[in-house]
Amino acid sequence: MKIAIPVDEKNLESTVCVSFGRTPYFLIYDMNDDAYTFIDNSAATSQGGAGIKAAQNVVDQNVNALLTPRCGENAYEVLIGAKVSLYKTSGTSIKENIALFKESKLPILSEIHSGFHGHR
Amino acid sequence: MNIAVLSGKGGTGKTFVSVNLASVLDHSLYIDCDVEEPNGHLFFKPENINIDNVFVKIPKIDFEKCTGCRKCVDFCKFNALAYINDRVKVFDAICHSCGGCSLVCPANAIYEEDKMIGVIESGFSEKVSVITGRLNTGEETGVPIIKALFKMEKDQEENTIIDCPPGSSCMVMESIKDADYCLLVAEPTIFGRHNLSMVHELVELFNKPFGCVLNKCIESNNPSEAYCFEHDIPIVARIPFDKKMGLMNSNGMIVTREDTDYFDLFKKLLNQIEEEVVL
Repeated sequence: MKIAIPVDEKNLESTVCVSFGRTPYFLIYDMNDDAYTFIDNSAATSQGGAGIKAAQNVVDQNVNALLTPRCGENAYEVLIGAKVSLYKTSGTSIKENIALFKESKLPILSEIHSGFHGHR
Repeated sequence: MNIAVLSGKGGTGKTFVSVNLASVLDHSLYIDCDVEEPNGHLFFKPENINIDNVFVKIPKIDFEKCTGCRKCVDFCKFNALAYINDRVKVFDAICHSCGGCSLVCPANAIYEEDKMIGVIESGFSEKVSVITGRLNTGEETGVPIIKALFKMEKDQEENTIIDCPPGSSCMVMESIKDADYCLLVAEPTIFGRHNLSMVHELVELFNKPFGCVLNKCIESNNPSEAYCFEHDIPIVARIPFDKKMGLMNSNGMIVTREDTDYFDLFKKLLNQIEEEVVL
């Protein structure tokens, strides 16, 4: 299974980015063989709709899950549409979050930007 | 003559100045371009209201024809399109109705449908024609409503007062496009000075003649006035921080219709602007 995490820098010692839509990079991590790559988030400098484009970038990597501290309603719609599961990160360490995810200790991300309900 | 009234922030007195300017003119048209929260109508209480709906074009996808090339998704600078599960998805609220996606689609799979985003209310208040743009809650931009406001039929002889949205956004630019004169309303605070500098920069960019109304003037020093001196901005009026005027205004009264002193104050302001435009 492949996961994505918004990260501040292109290395595993870096931190989870507080923003999903405007994160500079995504870590794409394969849980099966611990192989990983970093991709640029082309949505980072968008004037608007950054969440949608960032979600598209994640979806295009064929990941199964996204580990993120936050997610807006438009991005959520794209991700859920593509059957990507969302988990809420704990703390800012990338490695710790991967470890927690392996142990199924990360909660499902439930707080989606308000206004989402009833809009689907 | 078209006079646009603008300010860098809300609450400086744009509507107060606009409504009263329109009221001291013999015949005038007042256009409320602050479509996110129009409030000029609260003062005018216009009658014989006529309502027109305003539509924009929203892309629809013909999935039979779509080949999944994603050219539309890549093209959209507003990121209003996504490609999920081999299907294009349109986010209506993000779309700016530019029509680009349907143009770049090589399969002719994108057509456009009307979407209602707001209304225009037209009515009369004594000798003032009042037209108000009103954007539906949650819509991305009021620019199409403002464009529609200026397309309304008008008597060419009529003087027009344009009550702009606050700030220096696209909606403000759309509102001042056809103005002959821009009136910048500023408050006597440091924050007010900063906001004045924002709209000042904007009107310079548009090469419009402009002047400043210093509103809520008190005895002590006025940072916005200092800004006007530093940048050679003509000060066309100083409106005092007047409790009686404030109270009347808070109660939805048009002060120039109630009190001859206030009528004279705004008549003088109007004459000043006319002089500036002629010069």
